[in-house]
Formats: sequence, structure tokens, C-alpha cells
Amino acid sequence: MKRFSWFNATSLTLGFAFLYMPMIILVIYSFNESRLVTVWAGFSTKWYGELFRNAEFLDAAWVTVQVAVLSSTFATVLGTMAAHVLVNAGRFKGRTLFSGMIYAPLVMPEVITGLSLLLLFIGIGLERGIFTVVLAHTTFAMCYVSVVVSSRLVSFDRSLEEAALDLGATPWEAFRLVTLPIIAPAVISGWLLAFTLSLDDLVIASFTTGPGATTLPIKVFSAVRLGVSPEINALSTIMIAIVTVGVVTASLISKRTAVARAREEQAAVRSE
Amino acid sequence: MAQSVFAPWDDPEQKPLIQFVNVTKRFGDFTAIDDLTLDIYEKEFFALLGPSGCGKTTMMRMLAGFENPTKGHILLNGKVIDTVPPNKRAVNMMFQSYALFPHLSVWDNIAFGLRRESKDKDAIAARVEEMLRLTRLTKFAKRKPHQISGGQRQRVALARSLAKAPKLLLLDEPLGALDRKLREETQFELMDIQEKTGTTFVIVTHDQEEAMTVASRVAVMDEGRIVQVATPQVIYEAPNSVYVADFIGDVNLIRGTASARPAAPAAETPIAKPAPNAPPPEPETTAAEPATDTQPEPRPQPNALGEWLHDTLLTPILGQRDPGPRALPAPTDEERAAHAETAETPASHAEDIPAGGLQIVWADDKPPLIAANGDEALAGKKVVLALRPEKVGISKTRPDAANAMQGKVIDIAYLGNISTYHVELPGGAMIKAQTANTRRISRRDITWEDDVWLSFTATAGVVLEDVS
Ligand SMILES: Nc1ncnc2c1ncn2[C@@H]1O[C@H](COP(=O)(O)OP(=O)(O)O)[C@@H](O)[C@H]1O
Ligand SMILES: [Mg+2]
Repeated sequence: MKRFSWFNATSLTLGFAFLYMPMIILVIYSFNESRLVTVWAGFSTKWYGELFRNAEFLDAAWVTVQVAVLSSTFATVLGTMAAHVLVNAGRFKGRTLFSGMIYAPLVMPEVITGLSLLLLFIGIGLERGIFTVVLAHTTFAMCYVSVVVSSRLVSFDRSLEEAALDLGATPWEAFRLVTLPIIAPAVISGWLLAFTLSLDDLVIASFTTGPGATTLPIKVFSAVRLGVSPEINALSTIMIAIVTVGVVTASLISKRTAVARAREEQAAVRSE
Repeated sequence: MAQSVFAPWDDPEQKPLIQFVNVTKRFGDFTAIDDLTLDIYEKEFFALLGPSGCGKTTMMRMLAGFENPTKGHILLNGKVIDTVPPNKRAVNMMFQSYALFPHLSVWDNIAFGLRRESKDKDAIAARVEEMLRLTRLTKFAKRKPHQISGGQRQRVALARSLAKAPKLLLLDEPLGALDRKLREETQFELMDIQEKTGTTFVIVTHDQEEAMTVASRVAVMDEGRIVQVATPQVIYEAPNSVYVADFIGDVNLIRGTASARPAAPAAETPIAKPAPNAPPPEPETTAAEPATDTQPEPRPQPNALGEWLHDTLLTPILGQRDPGPRALPAPTDEERAAHAETAETPASHAEDIPAGGLQIVWADDKPPLIAANGDEALAGKKVVLALRPEKVGISKTRPDAANAMQGKVIDIAYLGNISTYHVELPGGAMIKAQTANTRRISRRDITWEDDVWLSFTATAGVVLEDVS
């Protein structure tokens, strides 16, 4: 391996510092004994205990998880369907309009997405609550899923689906039994992306939420306006831990399948 | 062998399995298939042959149901199937890329189609095992497609498409990805399987040898049209156009103008050939002369004084006297006799040139060529005489043949089993003549730069209208 030049070492240090310093400080202060966030008074885990006794935070966390699971699941189904249509159906009337609409939320400012959804819900008289947040998150996460899935579908060999049809499968069976298993990794990463997007969305959620449906980001944001408490540091640390574990697991799984497959392929070549 | 020749296309009683009726397929403005009509019969091994882009895959895809004809109809067993979706047709296709399902084992790949129509696990298992045996894949049943070799993948694709016992199996360039040796083996395997299962096969290929090897009939295509449909023999021996003649195998194309052959025995014809009913012509005094011309000039030989001078004075400086031109020993009588048997010497046919047909003027100062099998309707037209290299004899002396041309050997391609001589005619045209190397030194008396005679019988070539 090449040795690090000074330039590389500096870039790496700066990169890590900018990315992780704030988080490291936050994690350290979550174990602070003192009530004052900025004064270190010794190590303690008491704020974690406080956090788990705080019903408001727990409720908000539960709402957030419900919203994230539901909306990312809906978004994955809809986004995968949209990607399939866009990539495979060739040219049809209104294709450009459809693809434009799907990708619009990607470039639209969140404030506008949130506001327009709010106006829609008011317009059709939908009472705001968890359900409207789920709908809103589905709408904007779906376009991310469809981007991820369609980039996989572009390199998907169309003749596989045709072969399934040729062997007597209905179009739905061909998709379910052939296409879906093959593109599954892309669909799963689309789901994970939608899940994290929903987990940390503040703007759209605050436009579309209603009484009894306060998500964690909304709760944290309003709590911080009254002053940062060590409880919030503790909460953030837990979220960082969850996300880290998730990301590391996902990358380990995909790496291991890639390695196994490469090994199998080599074995096949040798046996020829 | 006349009693049971497989030729349903000649039998008016037979109903075709597949009918294309004036089928046109357009992609936008581009016409991929142009008003095509074609019948394919049950149990046929039918080959679609043509250059890349001529519409072969498009025809297959219409048969499989992935494309609908823009105009016209496709019938299967007499029923119109134009818009029947692919999963409702008793037609299976083996894809050019094999299209094996990468996430399923060989076993599950083969079982895929069976599971779509039946829930009976035992019946499915029995059928899959049968297919594995047929394609010699039993050992690999548990492997995934990426764990087996190219040839094995090809057999999985075949087994999968045969598993449902379709009425019609479509094979799109099935052997394209295999190397030559494996391809030849697989061709015979395919023919064997086709015979065993009695399935109708339609195979697409751009390899003419492959089409000729496997097919009962071949359709030669060009730009969305079928130029000729016939058995491999007919396609080869009697192509209906210059395109087909040129596409299939090696061919000499001699351009000229046709005219009807004079009915009377042609004593005054420049080539004094005995016509069937003619009295024996006078000895070929005039015609024999050019033959002697072609003999290499005798080398000047030194006289006695010269020999003495060389031997006594020059030997120390120049070395031994060159005894004469270097050459391989002349073939023995045995070899000549053996060769006369194997190589079709036109001389033996000279007596029985059939009457009628055409003669073709191909050069102003040369005798016209005789094509007794030429269609008299072509008289007066520009024509091309298509002549297979193996039907052209080559000799150093003037042969007694219906057609003879003189030229010079420019190149010899030795291919092991055969040799091809490239002979330049005085006008600059190149003619290829092929001889089988049945004896190790046969024909080696002809070498580069030799003046030779090319000859062929009055029916060796095919006269085609020159459309270019
Ligand atoms: N879906 C399509 N859209 C537009 N043109 C097509 C399509 N499929 C085939 N073609 C065109 O039709 C012609 C015939 O194609 P194809 O049947 O694949 O040829 P072959 O298999 O004989 O090489 C080609 O020129 C190709 O570009
Ligand atoms: Mg093709």
C-alpha cells in the first residue's frame, strides 16, 4: 500500500474533524454529570435514565418510528413501481410528465413541499395527525427510492423478465419471482434511505403534523428552543448509535455477498 | 431413400404449423420486416439465415409474442396469434443471452416454467430430471448459473425452454457464445434432441455453415425480406439470386451477357465441343495450339563443349552444374489414375453436353461459356454465372471440357483437406478452383505463376440475372 503523503493525511484529518467533531463532542457531553451542557462535571449516565423516564420523548420516539416504518414501506413499493414503469415500459404518452413529477420533490425546497401538502390536506378536509405525516413522507421519500431502484434497473437484463413471460409467468409473477429477487439489494437500500429521511425530517413533518403526532425531530427542536438539556444529548447519542449499527451492518452484508459471489464466479471459471 | 423423405413443404396435404401471412413490422419509420409470407411445418428444423440487422430476431420475437406485427397475421396451427401475450403461447424461446435466472439453481431454472402451470410436485420433479438427463446436466442441478461453464449454461437454457414440451422452440443464435469446437458438437446435439423430442425448431443464425448443418430448410433473409426458402442442398446448388449464391459459401461470379444456344451442332463455335447429336468434329488442330503455348519453354541445354568447359574450369568457382529445373517428381501413373477418379475431370462429361440452355459472352476475345441448365428466358440479359470453386477443375494441359478458360495461378491456399487455387484470367478477373487433397502429393505439379486451364461442365454453374 502507498504511504500517506502529508497532503493526504491533512485532507483526511480535516474531513474527519469536520464530519465527526460535533458528534464526538455531543456524545461526550451526554455523559456529563452537570445539568449545564457546556460545563464538564464528571462522568455519569444519569441523563439516559432521565430520558427513559420522560414520557414526552418516548411518545415522540414511538410516533417517529411508526411514521418512518410505514412511510418508507409505502415509498419503497410506490418508488419501485414507478422506477419499473419508467425504465421498462419504453415510450408511453405522458412519460416525460410522469418522470418529471416523480423527480420534482428531489429539487423542490422542503418548505414548498410541506406547504403544498398542508394546503392539499386542508383542501380535502383531511384531519392532520400521524396519517398525514406518513402520506407526506411517502410522497417525498418515494422519489429517492425510485432514483436508487431505477439506477439498478437500467443495468438489469430485460430478457430475464421476457424469459419468465415466455415460460408462462404472468407479468406480476415475472416481476415478483425474477426481477424483484435480483434487484432486492437496491430495493432494500432504497427502503433504508427512505427510513432515515423520514426519521430526521423536521420541515415537512412540522407542516403536516397535527395534535398527538409530534415526531422526535419536532420535539427536539422545540425543546432546544428552551435550552439544550443533557437529555437531548443522550437522545442524540442513542440515535447516532442506532444509525451507526445499521449502516455498518448493511455494508458488511453487501460486502460479504459481493465477496462470496466473486469467489463462486472464479470457481466457475476454473472448472471450465 | 425415396420412400420416406421428410419434405412436408412439398406435400399439399400438410397443414403448416406456423404461417406468416403478409407480415410487416415497423419500428417508427423503420421497416424491420417487409411483407413477409412463410410457412413452417411440424417437426421441421427451420433456419433463419442472414446478415446482422436483417430482422431475424424481430421475426422470433413476433413468434414468441414480444412484438406484434404492424400488418398481416401470424398463425399457429391455423389460429391467429397476433396479439396473444407470450405467457399464453405454446411457444418457447431460447434467448441469445440464455437469460438464465441468476438467483435460481439449475434445477429451479428448469422447473420455472413447469411450476407456472402445475402444482403437482412429483410430475414437475420427474420432468426436470428427464430434462437434466437429456442435456447431461444431472451433476450440476444444484449449482447456480454463474457456477457453470458457458457450454453448460447453453444446455440449461435449452433444457429450460424444452421442459414445457412446446409445439415450437425458438433458438436465437443459440451457439453464438461457444467456441468453434464446442459449437460443432452442440450442433449435432441439437439435431439429436430435436429428433428425440419431435419439436419444431426455428433457429436464427448468421453462420451459414451452422444453418446448412442443422436445418431441414433454410430461409435466407435480406433487409426484412426472405430471398429464398429451400433445403440446404437447393440453397447451395441452385441459389435463386446472386445475393443467396454469394451469401452461402464460396462462389465465383462471372458476369456476362446471355444468349440462347444455337440449336444446330456448333461446328463453328470457337470451342469445338462435340455436341450430343453432332458428327464427330474434326481433330482439334486449332484448339490444340494454345495448349502447347502454355507449356513452359524448354530450357536451353548446353552442348558438349559447354559441359566440358563447365566441368573442367567453372566447377571450382560455381559449383556443380545445375542439372535442370527443380521440380517435384512427376506423379506416378498410379497417382494420376487415383486422381482422375477423385477429381471430377470434366473430360468425361464432354460427350454429353445437354442441348439447350444459354451461352454467356463474358469477354470479347474469348469463347462464350456454355450453361446447358440456363433458363432461356434470360437470353439477351446481363447475367452472372455463379460457380462453386469445387466444381472448377484445374489442369496444366487443355482439358476436354464444355467450358475451359486459361489463366495464371496467383495464390494457393492450402487448407489441409482441400487446396484453393486463385487463378487470374487475362481480363483481370479472379476465379477460385478447389481440389480435395486426397493424395499427399496430388496436384502439387501446379504451383505459383503457372499457366493453367480451368474447366467446368455445362451444368456446373447457375445462371442468375445480374441485378447490380
Ligand atoms: N425495438 C426496436 N426499436 C427500433 N428498432 C428496432 C427494434 N428492434 C429491432 N430494431 C431494428 O430492426 C432491425 C432488425 O433487427 P433484428 O431483428 O434484431 O436483426 P437481426 O437479429 O437479424 O440481427 C435492426 O436494424 C434493428 O435496429
Ligand atoms: Mg439478432
